[in-house]
This record gives sequence, structure tokens and C-alpha cells, in this order.
Amino acid sequence: MKNFVKGLFKENPILCYLLGLCPTLAVTTNAVNALTMGLGVIFVLFFSNVIISLIGKVVPKQVRIASFIVVIATFVTVTDIFLKANFPALSKALGPFIPLIVVNCIILGRAEVFASKNNLVSSAFDALGMGIGFTVTLLVMGAVREILGMGTVFGITVLPGFFPKFLVMILPAGAFITLGLLVGLHEAVLKKGTLPSRRPCKV
Amino acid sequence: MNYVLIFIGAAVINNFVLAYFLGICPFLGVSTDLKKASGMGFAVMFVMLLAAASTWLIYYRVLIPYNLQYLQYVAFILVIASLVQFVEMFLKKFVPPLYRGLGIYLPLITTNCAILGLTLFMVIKRYKFVESIFYALGAGGGFLMALLIMAGIRERLETADVPVPFRGAGIALITAGCLALAFMGFSGVMK
Repeated sequence: MKNFVKGLFKENPILCYLLGLCPTLAVTTNAVNALTMGLGVIFVLFFSNVIISLIGKVVPKQVRIASFIVVIATFVTVTDIFLKANFPALSKALGPFIPLIVVNCIILGRAEVFASKNNLVSSAFDALGMGIGFTVTLLVMGAVREILGMGTVFGITVLPGFFPKFLVMILPAGAFITLGLLVGLHEAVLKKGTLPSRRPCKV
Repeated sequence: MNYVLIFIGAAVINNFVLAYFLGICPFLGVSTDLKKASGMGFAVMFVMLLAAASTWLIYYRVLIPYNLQYLQYVAFILVIASLVQFVEMFLKKFVPPLYRGLGIYLPLITTNCAILGLTLFMVIKRYKFVESIFYALGAGGGFLMALLIMAGIRERLETADVPVPFRGAGIALITAGCLALAFMGFSGVMK
């Protein structure tokens, strides 16, 4: 249970470790893309963590990174083909960012730090916690950017028409600024209750 | 002329870091001082050049003729991983100070999305061999430039009075946002 909860907020992979920032910034122009990306990552992370926790002790140390990446790349190929076949429009919108899950540092990071050293059950929960933490952060960013930039969320208008649209929020610059503010906020919330001099989240 | 356009397009207008968000981890990680930033920038540029050339050959000379496109991701990432290993051995032997300075970030080039991204874009855009080389040079140059600008700014930020929760990563991301805003000025220069 502990393995599951820690990824949600306290050790959130994006806000705390700053891992997997490329997809975080690139696909969060609206909430739908963000959700698809998040689910894709949960899928790949879950299965690669499970497989790696099984083979972790057998693989020789020198070739472990290469073998982990091959496992991850296999599941990413599965995700990519699945999306292309069933959701062609979404697959087109996300473009090369689905194959880029291969190099998403969260997945390789969890494989190396956690799954290769722990048993199957805790690795599976670790993957789910980290994956959901990632997806929720992505969804928050996607929703914030979509609301401020287009006045909609999941394509439904939420802001009244007279409210100005900040076009910059759906452009690259808006992504960096939103994430910067979220990281600061996360840090500020965590810092309450810990010693002021200590950084609760080591980057 | 076409080659020049590809180069400038990849370096400035569609800058990999600031417009496509590729290679953000090293962009934030090693941009704390200029020396490391330039070392990392050149290492990435070099790996990009080699990766573009070798993955182009593999994709068009091996995978397509044998109808193996579904192996694309696995093949590309393996090529990149071995190239990084090669660069690492080279630097360790010939430029040890730089090798120590880059530390953990050198093996991390393997998972630098800018490099896999470059090879994927190269396939999506159907570039020919020479065009791919110029594309890689432009992308690498753009990465180096963004890294150097960022390192320059962050050296000044050290002394700035930033609200405590935003120190480090938070302010770096907001700075990157301002940089991206500045680079947007180039969009529309060419199609």
C-alpha cells in the first residue's frame, strides 16, 4: 500500500523528481490528449515493471539497461499499434510522443530504482501509484491550459464568452510556465510541517 | 538552399527544446554552469549526427526492404544506446575532465528524447540521407544554443531573490517559458 500511495503526491514523478517532462509539456495542450498519454504510460509502466521485477535478478548487471529498454520498447510498440488501429485521430494528434514513451525517464527510472530490486506485487503497486500520479498531474496541466487558453475542458465550453482567452497557454511558453508554477506549489505544500531549511523533494 | 532551410528550421524556428520539448531533462539538469552546458551540448550534437546517419541506413536499407517497420523503435533505441556507450568510452579516454564533469548525464543521453525524437521526425518527414544530416546538425545546434542561453541566465539567477518554493526547478521552468516566448518570434519566418 505504501508503494502505491507515495507516487500519488509526495513522490510524484513529475513534480518531485522532474522525470518525464517531455510528454508532460508537449501533450498537455488539452485534457483529452493528456489523459490518453497518461493511460498509455500507466499501461507501459505497469507491464514493464512486472516483467522487469521477474527478470531483474537473472539479467547480468552490464546489459541490464539495454534489456530493460528492449522490454519497454516492446510494450510501447503494442500501445502505438493499438492506438493507431482503434483511435487514429488521437494517435495522429499525439504524433511521435507515443513512441517517445520509450525514453520516458519515469519508466526506465522505476525499472532501475524499484522493479529490478523488488518483488512482483510491490513493483506492480509502485507502477500503478507512479502512473496514476503522472496521469493526474498531466490531467491538471491539460485542464488548466485548455481552460485558460481556449475556455473549454474536454471540448466543453466552461468559461463565459467575455472572458479573455490567453492564447499563450496552449503555446509552448504556457506549458513551461504552468509546470513551473505547479512545481513551486507542490514544493510549498510539502514544505509545511517540515523544517524550513530542508528541501523535502530532492531533484 | 533546401539544406540551409532544414538547418535553420530545426535550429531556430522549431527549436527542439523550446518548441518540441525534447531533451528537457538535460536542459534543466546541466544548465547550471556554462562549461558543463557546452560539453553536454556538443556531446548531444555529436550523438545526434551519428544517430541520424546510422538509423537512416538501418531504416531504409534494412527495415523497409525486409518489411520489419514494427521493429523501428526497438532498433532505433538500441543503435542510440550503443552510440552513447561509444561516445562515453571515447571521452573517458581522451577528455577525462569533461567525462567527470558530465557524470550521470552522459549515460542519460540514451534516454534523451531529443535523439530518439530526431530519428522519428526524420522518418516522419521522409528526409533523404543528406537532408537528415543537415536536420541533425540543425537540431543539435539548436539544442546547444538553448542550453548555453539557459546556462547564462541561470548563472545570474543564483544571486536573484526568488521566493523559496520556486528556487531551483520552479524558476528554471518559468525562465524556460520566457525563452520559449522569445523564440516564438521566429515562427512564420519560413513555412
